[in-house]
Amino acid sequence: MRVEFRLSGSGGQGLLLAGIVLAEAAILEDKNAVQTQSYGPEARGGSSKAEVVICDCDIDYPKATDPDFLLALTTEAYRSYAKGMKKGLIIVDSSVVLDPENKTRTIALPILQTATDVVGKKVVANIVALGVLGGISGIVAPANLEAAVKNRVPKGTEDLNLKALRAGLELASHAKVQE
Amino acid sequence: MSKTTAKLMQGNEACTIGALAAGLEFYGGYPITPSTEIAEICAEELPKVGGKFIQMEDEIGSIAACIGASLAGKKAMTATSGPGFSLMQECIGYAALTEVPIVIINVQRMGPSTGMPTSLGQGDLMQARWGTHGDHPVIALAPGNVKECFELTLRAFDLAETYRVPVIVLSDEVIGHMREKVVLPDPSEIHPLRRAAPATRAGYKPYAADPDGGVPLMAPFGEGYRWHVTGLFHDESGKPTNKGEIADTLLRRLARKVDKNADILADCFSESLDDCDVAVISFGSSAMSALSAVRRARAEGVKAGMLRLRTVWPFPEAIVDKVASRVKRVIVPEMNLGQLALEVERVVGCRAPVTRIGKVNGELFHPDEIYASIMENK
Amino acid sequence: MGDTLSYFRQDMLPHIWCPGCGHGTATGALVRAIDRLHLDKNKVCIVSGIGCSSRAVGYLDFDTLHTAHGRALAFATGIKLARPELKVIVMTGDGDCTAIGGNHFIHAARRNIGITTIVMNNNIYGMTSGQYSPMTPKGFFGTTAPYGNVERNFDLCELAKSAGATYVARATSYHVPLLIDLIEKALLNPGFSVVEALVQCPTYMGRKNKIGGPVEMLNWIKEGTVNVKAAAALPPEKLKDKILIGELYNKQEGEYTADYDALIARVQRKYDKFQGGLYGCASNSD
Repeated sequence: MRVEFRLSGSGGQGLLLAGIVLAEAAILEDKNAVQTQSYGPEARGGSSKAEVVICDCDIDYPKATDPDFLLALTTEAYRSYAKGMKKGLIIVDSSVVLDPENKTRTIALPILQTATDVVGKKVVANIVALGVLGGISGIVAPANLEAAVKNRVPKGTEDLNLKALRAGLELASHAKVQE
Repeated sequence: MSKTTAKLMQGNEACTIGALAAGLEFYGGYPITPSTEIAEICAEELPKVGGKFIQMEDEIGSIAACIGASLAGKKAMTATSGPGFSLMQECIGYAALTEVPIVIINVQRMGPSTGMPTSLGQGDLMQARWGTHGDHPVIALAPGNVKECFELTLRAFDLAETYRVPVIVLSDEVIGHMREKVVLPDPSEIHPLRRAAPATRAGYKPYAADPDGGVPLMAPFGEGYRWHVTGLFHDESGKPTNKGEIADTLLRRLARKVDKNADILADCFSESLDDCDVAVISFGSSAMSALSAVRRARAEGVKAGMLRLRTVWPFPEAIVDKVASRVKRVIVPEMNLGQLALEVERVVGCRAPVTRIGKVNGELFHPDEIYASIMENK
Repeated sequence: MGDTLSYFRQDMLPHIWCPGCGHGTATGALVRAIDRLHLDKNKVCIVSGIGCSSRAVGYLDFDTLHTAHGRALAFATGIKLARPELKVIVMTGDGDCTAIGGNHFIHAARRNIGITTIVMNNNIYGMTSGQYSPMTPKGFFGTTAPYGNVERNFDLCELAKSAGATYVARATSYHVPLLIDLIEKALLNPGFSVVEALVQCPTYMGRKNKIGGPVEMLNWIKEGTVNVKAAAALPPEKLKDKILIGELYNKQEGEYTADYDALIARVQRKYDKFQGGLYGCASNSD
């Protein structure tokens, strides 16, 4: 079955990398995966969007059409993408100001704060978010997520990133949907 | 680790690895979005295999350096995007007339002018064919996914070396930047071609070939052949000429190199074409959306079919002609205002109506846009 | 002196230059310098752009490349980098080198790539019949400067030096032995060398500016130049409006293609145990 993810936030938050790792974890399970992105001229700041499509089948169209999971780390990203959601689940950072009019199922989790407080590094928020997405979607086994993280992150930062991933999976296990 | 393990790979990366698999020895380029990853990987990988990378002062210099390197016997490539491709046009004609094999990857973005540098466009299709002045032979291939970035770049080198023409890989921003699961062939299965060289220096005539599309033998510089290369029309010995009949013979031979081999060069992906009423004809990233739309229509019982061109130049007329002979309607989605459609219309003629779906907002088609067209008057 | 004629492709002759043109003199000087150095004809590659000067390569019996307007140095850069063992020479003119090819010129100089560049400066576009070039002096006439050139001109040798060339010299079609000597020294410099050869264009430069025929033009060139060694002893007023000839700059610095080969050696040592092979390429593009 085709499952679509959209990871959104601001440039420099590392969501592209999170998307790549998610896709690579899926490949480790012999699934098909495609990752795309859109970006502006800013290397840092500005809006950033990465999409991942995972399927057992052949993936013809590479972009998300109606995401099953939208991750929004900033209010701006939430405002841009939450409205178009039909069937999926929205996962936001706790700092995001929610739109009371939006009736789509939404989960708010302290992703950025977890990176700072639990892992001790703000920069690993993307990997915390990856853990959250992996945990909630259940699309890939945690062991494959761990293997994919280890493959991709810079040498010497494996432990830090694995800690971030586990913190994200932990967050996911307690997550409750706000109806 | 097996060398053929599945890997998540970016389109631009796959183009570069395809080039390296083809035996790339020289890269000359200038940074431009969205092609820059190709230069970055070449800068890192080429020295490891004894190859050369140079960042030139502009795109004109880049393609010129590649032609120079190719004349010195090396397999050479450059990569660019719209504005840089425009700057390269004069030297593409130079390579065509002097018959120097080179590969140019154009990762198309939204133009004209600086346009939207980080957004998708497919507006260089006609430029790839007619960008330089004067009639000239050219081959252009359009990958439709990451795996084909590898395969078609590899093929581009083989074609450039075989026919001694500039070969353009017409990629685009979405294909170039998307990452996809690919399994590459084992290197032992890859047998790249190299230009045919003369056996002896004695009596070497650098441009002697069958007037009906023959390809002359090419000697590398520095090996004692001491031949002359010029962008002027020239005779078999390379000597410049103003004689009309020599120019006529040369230009017709150059054109025939490609025309005569149109069947070998034609390369398309097709799905559900055999019994279809509505054919969607597209290329590059637009075709991904189109295929999704065709499959949805099929699932709903509509007889839709897909033809995606992997070789865009020479235009695969015979294949399109066959499709045109049995469908009731043709739809051409593309990220421009109707360039592929011009060629399709030319071949289809009045046999079936051709619906153009041109899009120029920089965003890849949603499959629904093409599906809606398929369902109209189906 | 060997048989200079053996360096020419006699089947390509006669040449297209006008009677009294200076390009043949400069081409002859290059051939004589090559002959003196006993360079292997099979390992010399001569590249040119577009213009009267650039037609020279067609007449010379080496691997020769007549390229697009202004781009000779860019093509030559590809050849030299691909095969550093070749002696690569560029023959260009003032318009080809300093107008349309100006950017390639300064960057070839900046890289200090081992190319010997002979700039045949006749102060005008001859091939297109007498338009002013970036090296036409202010006030001089051309078909596109019918009221006198209002633009300033380059000092090519100063330009080359500032951009990083490691051998810079100037001579003229009047001072032929000097020209041969300087080209010979330029060919010996491993880095980027520039020899500006002032040459006469009686057909356009001479006629448009009422300088006269070839002989008058050679005299005009002779009167307008001072050897740099003699200049050292002359008072400034004697040097006013004079063009210096001779060796103007000579400094040994690392040559680009040699430095690149050293880089390859360094990288290959580092990746000696490189097991990834073709598909081990780092996914370094994010």
